[in-house]
Amino acid sequence: MASITLERLKKTYSGNVDAVRGIDLAIEDGEFVVLVGPSGCGKSTLLRMVAGLETITDGTLKIGDKVVNHLEPAERDIAMVFQNYALYPHMTVYNNLAYGLKNRGFKKDDIESRVNTAAKMLEIEDFLQRKPRQLSGGQRQRVAMGRALVREPAAFLFDEPLSNLDAKLRVQMRVEIKQLQRRLKTTSLYVTHDQLEAMTLGDRLVVLNAGEIEQVGTPMEIFARPATMFVAEFIGSPAMNMLPLEYLHDQKSGGVLTNLPEGTDTVGVRPDDMHLTPPDMPYLTIEGTLMLFEAAGAESHLYVNLASSEQPTVIRTAGQPPVREGETLRFYVTRDALHPFNSTTRKRTGS
Amino acid sequence: MVENRPWANVFAHTILIIGVALVVFPVYIAIVASTHGPGEFLRGTLPLLPGPHAIDNYKAMWNTGLSRAGAPPAGQMLWNSFVMAMAITIGKLSISLLSAFAIVYFRFRFRMFFFWIIFITLMLPVEVRIIPTFQVVADLKMLNSFAGLSIPLIASATATFLFRQFFMTVPEEMLEAARVDGAGPLKFFKDILMPLSITNIAALFVIMFIYGWNQYLWPLLITTDPDYYTIVMGIQRMTTAADGDPQWHLVMAAVVMAALPPVLVVLFMQRLFVKGLTETEK
Amino acid sequence: MQTKRMTFPGRFLPYALLAPQVIITLIFFIWPAGKAMYQSLLREDAFGLRTTFVGLENFARLFRDGDYLNSLSVTAVFAVGTTLISMSVALLLASTVNRMIRSRSTYTTLLVWPYAIAPAIAGVLWWFIFNPSIGIVPYLLDMVGYNWNHRTSGNDAMLLVVLAAAWKQISYNFLFFLAGMQSIPQSLIEAAAIDGASPMKRFWTIVFPLLTPTTFFLMVVNVVYAMFDTFGIIHATTQGGPSQATNTLVYKVYADGFIGLNLGSSAAQSVILMVIVILLTVVQFRFIERRVNY
Repeated sequence: MASITLERLKKTYSGNVDAVRGIDLAIEDGEFVVLVGPSGCGKSTLLRMVAGLETITDGTLKIGDKVVNHLEPAERDIAMVFQNYALYPHMTVYNNLAYGLKNRGFKKDDIESRVNTAAKMLEIEDFLQRKPRQLSGGQRQRVAMGRALVREPAAFLFDEPLSNLDAKLRVQMRVEIKQLQRRLKTTSLYVTHDQLEAMTLGDRLVVLNAGEIEQVGTPMEIFARPATMFVAEFIGSPAMNMLPLEYLHDQKSGGVLTNLPEGTDTVGVRPDDMHLTPPDMPYLTIEGTLMLFEAAGAESHLYVNLASSEQPTVIRTAGQPPVREGETLRFYVTRDALHPFNSTTRKRTGS
Repeated sequence: MVENRPWANVFAHTILIIGVALVVFPVYIAIVASTHGPGEFLRGTLPLLPGPHAIDNYKAMWNTGLSRAGAPPAGQMLWNSFVMAMAITIGKLSISLLSAFAIVYFRFRFRMFFFWIIFITLMLPVEVRIIPTFQVVADLKMLNSFAGLSIPLIASATATFLFRQFFMTVPEEMLEAARVDGAGPLKFFKDILMPLSITNIAALFVIMFIYGWNQYLWPLLITTDPDYYTIVMGIQRMTTAADGDPQWHLVMAAVVMAALPPVLVVLFMQRLFVKGLTETEK
Repeated sequence: MQTKRMTFPGRFLPYALLAPQVIITLIFFIWPAGKAMYQSLLREDAFGLRTTFVGLENFARLFRDGDYLNSLSVTAVFAVGTTLISMSVALLLASTVNRMIRSRSTYTTLLVWPYAIAPAIAGVLWWFIFNPSIGIVPYLLDMVGYNWNHRTSGNDAMLLVVLAAAWKQISYNFLFFLAGMQSIPQSLIEAAAIDGASPMKRFWTIVFPLLTPTTFFLMVVNVVYAMFDTFGIIHATTQGGPSQATNTLVYKVYADGFIGLNLGSSAAQSVILMVIVILLTVVQFRFIERRVNY
């Protein structure tokens, strides 16, 4: 077990393409950190640099106290779960798990006991003599995890391990990965583009965009106080609505919003924070035309056009309110649900 | 097909049966001829049904051959053909696997230069550079030897390309997973790449074996010692003699024996053969 | 040219892995090819005692030499004849087999094995069938009043070697045509049938146009085959005769060099053949690039 420290880590591909632009990050021993961001944000490259599968252009990478910039992947004491699992198709499950141990010169009994322990933990004992192609997607996923587990490495690296599974299995495996990591307390770095997966798995999230860190924090910190407009729109689903100030009508002052931090020209409001009925505390109002009503069972989504805004604003409400498409609606927002931003710096305003 | 018309099916089968008959005909005639005694050929026309001398003819060819035509026993020549074909096949596969591995899995100086050296062999079939190659082999004292029969034919851009092509389709993660698992280049080659390539190797094996077995011009040039004659070239010596001295029954027995091994390979490994053929020529 | 995203480090290993192939290529391909080019510029006297540098004289002589020009046209006739016959027979057989369901694999098996027969053996087989004194075909032809003799008639000899070469190549063309047809989506054929096209019409308006890449590819391959891989057929049967009627370019390189011992001329012919192969290879590769986008 070990901490992982990234100092000004940079990756430049030939042709001066900066994939990762100087990342500083300290992952504590036993922590579960999720790298999340849209495709092309550099999250996979960063993970692969930690794994030793990509060379490091600049900066320092430490696992524990050791600088590992120039070590082979096998010498870094890490294990990796690949997106497409990368199981060796010609080897049995047992040999897939044992291969890394054999290469490291483990004794036969030792290999056997480790493989059996891991297989038991992942409930794949019955498949040990099968080939990967005889397994279902979920089973393959478990074998891929098992291959990482048997090594008892200092850190686990996960590269979108659940993206090839169907929705139901994904939720199930997510829970299992979380439980497994709690039990083993192995430092883990996990890459995903799915914000829900990131929120539910990570002790801390690192939101990446265009090769740079947008925000680091616990899932709730990031959700409650997104530091940039990018984070605000990326985390949470449906995405946060970004509204120009003039759309909001302040009930108390009878006009335009005041008392916002300096520099604020846009406010973000989560779809759940816009209500159809007035709350007990002071509120703001917004009016718009209902373009589309989506009933999704326990909740409903309302797509509303505010004045001339081209992008519809999304409102999520519980149950099925009695509204008609085409009708003009009024929504109520409390002051503490506002996220103030400056649209030029794209950063949160105030402290 | 979309419609179901009985007469169209009958017509189609007729075409195919005629086609198959045309394809089989020359070989049938050869087999029939190899079952008759020498007397049948003196009468002027060839019988169309098998005769009673099959065993005598094949035995004679196998054990003694056509000594008057300077051809050694067929058993000997078949063995030579087999050794040459196997040497060419195994040689080609080994050097191609290694060089394709180097080209795909390493970055090094002059990589493109080496690639072009290999590529150029694609453009230089033996037939085109017969005499200088013969001189080189003669200078190296490789005439009348199995080394001379096989080594010059071993370099093959086709096999190298096929393996390169195949290696490129092996998922990147195989290599990455293997490196995380602590496998070095040679270990990766032996434990992962070779087992993954096994079908391709087998398919190419079939094609290369046929290629090696059917070599004609090269053995003709570099063997003057009958101990090294291969069956395919040996037959030519017999026909030249047979034209004046009708021993067609023995020549045809040799023809059947020469054709049988590669034909059996194709028939029994048809799936691999088709795969090898269609993929090498892409 | 690409490598994998990630490669192995290694200073000497890649060279060691390439060494066997590169060394063999250098010794048995590059060196002889260079030698051929060099020799093509030399002339040896009748006793092989003196060689003189003659520049492009060997090439100039070739193109003034009636025998060589004859060999060019013989090769063209032979290549075109072989390609046409084997491709059209193969196309007919492949399209017929393709409409079979249960018997497809049986017919395929019965049609593919001639690929395994050496050109020289194929030559001997047909030589035997057409043997003027005991062959079965001349016997039949005699009944309709044709006197077959490939020992004296150039046309007969040419037809013989074309048939032998085409016969051996049918299986190859058949397999590629069949594979090509099977890659045409069945839904296209069904759509055409719904549009009222008869089976014949479907073949010529849908299947054949979609087979164009295969057809073109096979044309190049067949020409290459006829030009270079058929040495055995000629050598085991007509030996270029009668009176040069079947003396193809490849056979002539051999005959002039090994029998005529005219090394300079033979080397010059080798060089010309190399140029032809390179041109054909370029054509083939260009075409493959295009086929990728197809």
